[in-house]
Amino acid sequence: MSDVRLSGPPAASRRRWSWTDPKLRSSVIQIVLALIMVWLVWSFYANAQANLARLGIASGFGFLDNRAGFAISQTLIPYNESMSYGRAFVVGLLNTLLVAFLGVILATLIGFVMGVARLSKNVVIKALASAYVEITRNLPPLFQIMFWYLAVLSTLPGPRQSWGFGLQPLFNGIGSGLSGIGLGVLGAPISNFAASLSAPSVFVNNRGLVVPRPVFEDGSMAILYALIAAVVASFVIGRWAKKRREATGKPFPAFWTGLALIIALPLAASYAVGNPVTIETPELRGFNFVGGLRVIPEFVSLLLALAIYTGGFIAEIVRSGILAVSKGQSEAAHSLGLRNGPTLRLVIIPQAMRVIVPPLTSQYLNLTKNSSLGVAVGYPDLFAIFAGTTLNQTGQAIEIIAVTMAVYLTISIITSAIMGWYNKRVALVER
Amino acid sequence: MKRILFAAVGLLSLAGAVNAATLDEVKTRGSVNCGVSQGLPGFSSPNDKNEWGGLDVDFCRAIAAAIFNDPTKVKFSPLSAKDRFTALTSGAIDVLSRNTTWTMSRDTTLGFNFAGVIYYDGQGFLVRKSVGLKSAKELQGASICVQTGTSNELNVSDFFRANNMKNGEVIAFGTLDETVKAYESGRCDVFTADRSQLAAVRLKLTNAADHVILPETISKEPLGPLVRHGDDQWFDLVKWVYFALLNAEELGVTQKNVEEQVNSQNPDVKRLLGTDGKYGEGIGLTADWAVRIIKATGNYGEIYDRNVGPATPLGIERGLNNLWTKGGIQYGMPVR
Repeated sequence: MSDVRLSGPPAASRRRWSWTDPKLRSSVIQIVLALIMVWLVWSFYANAQANLARLGIASGFGFLDNRAGFAISQTLIPYNESMSYGRAFVVGLLNTLLVAFLGVILATLIGFVMGVARLSKNVVIKALASAYVEITRNLPPLFQIMFWYLAVLSTLPGPRQSWGFGLQPLFNGIGSGLSGIGLGVLGAPISNFAASLSAPSVFVNNRGLVVPRPVFEDGSMAILYALIAAVVASFVIGRWAKKRREATGKPFPAFWTGLALIIALPLAASYAVGNPVTIETPELRGFNFVGGLRVIPEFVSLLLALAIYTGGFIAEIVRSGILAVSKGQSEAAHSLGLRNGPTLRLVIIPQAMRVIVPPLTSQYLNLTKNSSLGVAVGYPDLFAIFAGTTLNQTGQAIEIIAVTMAVYLTISIITSAIMGWYNKRVALVER
Repeated sequence: MKRILFAAVGLLSLAGAVNAATLDEVKTRGSVNCGVSQGLPGFSSPNDKNEWGGLDVDFCRAIAAAIFNDPTKVKFSPLSAKDRFTALTSGAIDVLSRNTTWTMSRDTTLGFNFAGVIYYDGQGFLVRKSVGLKSAKELQGASICVQTGTSNELNVSDFFRANNMKNGEVIAFGTLDETVKAYESGRCDVFTADRSQLAAVRLKLTNAADHVILPETISKEPLGPLVRHGDDQWFDLVKWVYFALLNAEELGVTQKNVEEQVNSQNPDVKRLLGTDGKYGEGIGLTADWAVRIIKATGNYGEIYDRNVGPATPLGIERGLNNLWTKGGIQYGMPVR
């Protein structure tokens, strides 16, 4: 509230045109600027309409219903070439979201481990982490994608010479081990599962990673419910453990309890309803493997490159966040008898998060946007499918570029909003 | 990235006012901006001295010769299949001469006009000999590499659907180089493209003899130069450069004998070479426009033989691309 006017003569008598009035001046300038912007946008629009009509180029969004006609190598929802451009757009969007989501998780894991490792007292670990950060941060992401695709994954053998891995011994071992220690309720479904695997069932070749596919038959919903119950339970246990620790100082292994619940509950449910999940194992037929799930090398190389590239930046952010916590904090924790692990987890990291979260958001946004580089290795993301193939075939540059911009903008704003919410939670509560 | 740049230029120029006649612009600029491929032997590729050569390149040189009497006044823009149309729409190039298939949507809703068919082609499949295939019908379940933004990308889906072949995968790459690299590295069993392109790509592979082109031709691929909608004079000019090349071959006018042919008494030759009538003025040039073209590049047959014909590494017979008088379907409209 400005009180300038109250001390002067009545306002009405002074309301004249005058450039010396800063309020009036600034509103005039703002109105003029706004008018110029409106005029610019309008003239762009009018010119575009006139030129499109003159060149006889189709416009509007009707093309979204037209038959796309091209195939896509990775589809998370059913798609074939007789479906529409609109459907292809959704397929591309989901592919972008998939690689961005997994990339963010993987980059965060790598970044935290490497950031902490760079501060390690162990010289070898420290040197390795430093080398990782310096190498990955300083090489362009496109180069790293090409490196993983052309120099690493393409050197894998062809389908006929695939490296096969059998999972049967592994699951058999787990199953009989559990039964051996009196946990037959857990061990039996695992042993059953192992029996259904004809070795080998996991294959690695230059067409990707082929793994058995679970086929859910009647009664599978029970497993899903058990999984949800386990997740909710571990969440509740986590909160309870935190509360108890804060009240009494007694630690509780909430993470391991939760993990055990999430694994054990669905297994027990599966056993209870008679093991409704069967396994479809891939087999080599003709050129490629038929059946099972396949992760294409385009996706793997893009995911690895993005996660490792962004992980380097996140490592530095984590390191700076930890260094920003004063040494007295860890000294105090040590003097209370906490060992290195809990000190880091309970004292240092929570305080470091306040410094880490804002720049971390930028890295998540960068990773999402960099996923459009996947076009170089033929990964069918939003940019390749929509701003690439669809634009080329329909020629409707204005509509398609506008939609693509809007989509990336929306993804980024949602990411920012989530991180902003999280930042508020970890921020220092000032009293 | 170039793609984004073209899209941005495309947006801006669509939003700005582009109205000047292309021929006037070309004359003021002093050169023709011609969109070509990023390197396809026989059609458009740079040699070791960085000079462009090929069927598509020679066509642009013919346009430059008709306008400036100098076939070197061309600026070549190498374009990927995906970026080529945006470049033409935006005005970054005047003519796209880049082994582009004449399709209805490109000719209509995309806003282009095709000036003619400089090469009649069809789509085929390149596979490794070691796979031991006889026919494309045996490609069930195969991984196929294709360049995105091409008619090939669409045809291959249709072919597999029509023949009820399932479980295959089509991986689309942004440029020809990336596509070929993926095929070579074993990511795909098959590389599919126009047959002429397969022949050219095969020669570039490390061991050409290990690869074979399957006998099937699964589509019609009439390749030709194209221009933007909205400038009929420029469209006419490009179209008649093409017809001049064909008519010259039909009338026996060659790079060597064109000087003597100017004195010919054959009325068809006289009209083509401008000694009778002033047909060249109809496309904004002078009467002797065709003389300049043939002097610079030779007639269609000479261009063909020099770049893709039996005497070249590609060694492709004339076939459909022979003149209509010799069993092909190349047919030049009469100058009259």
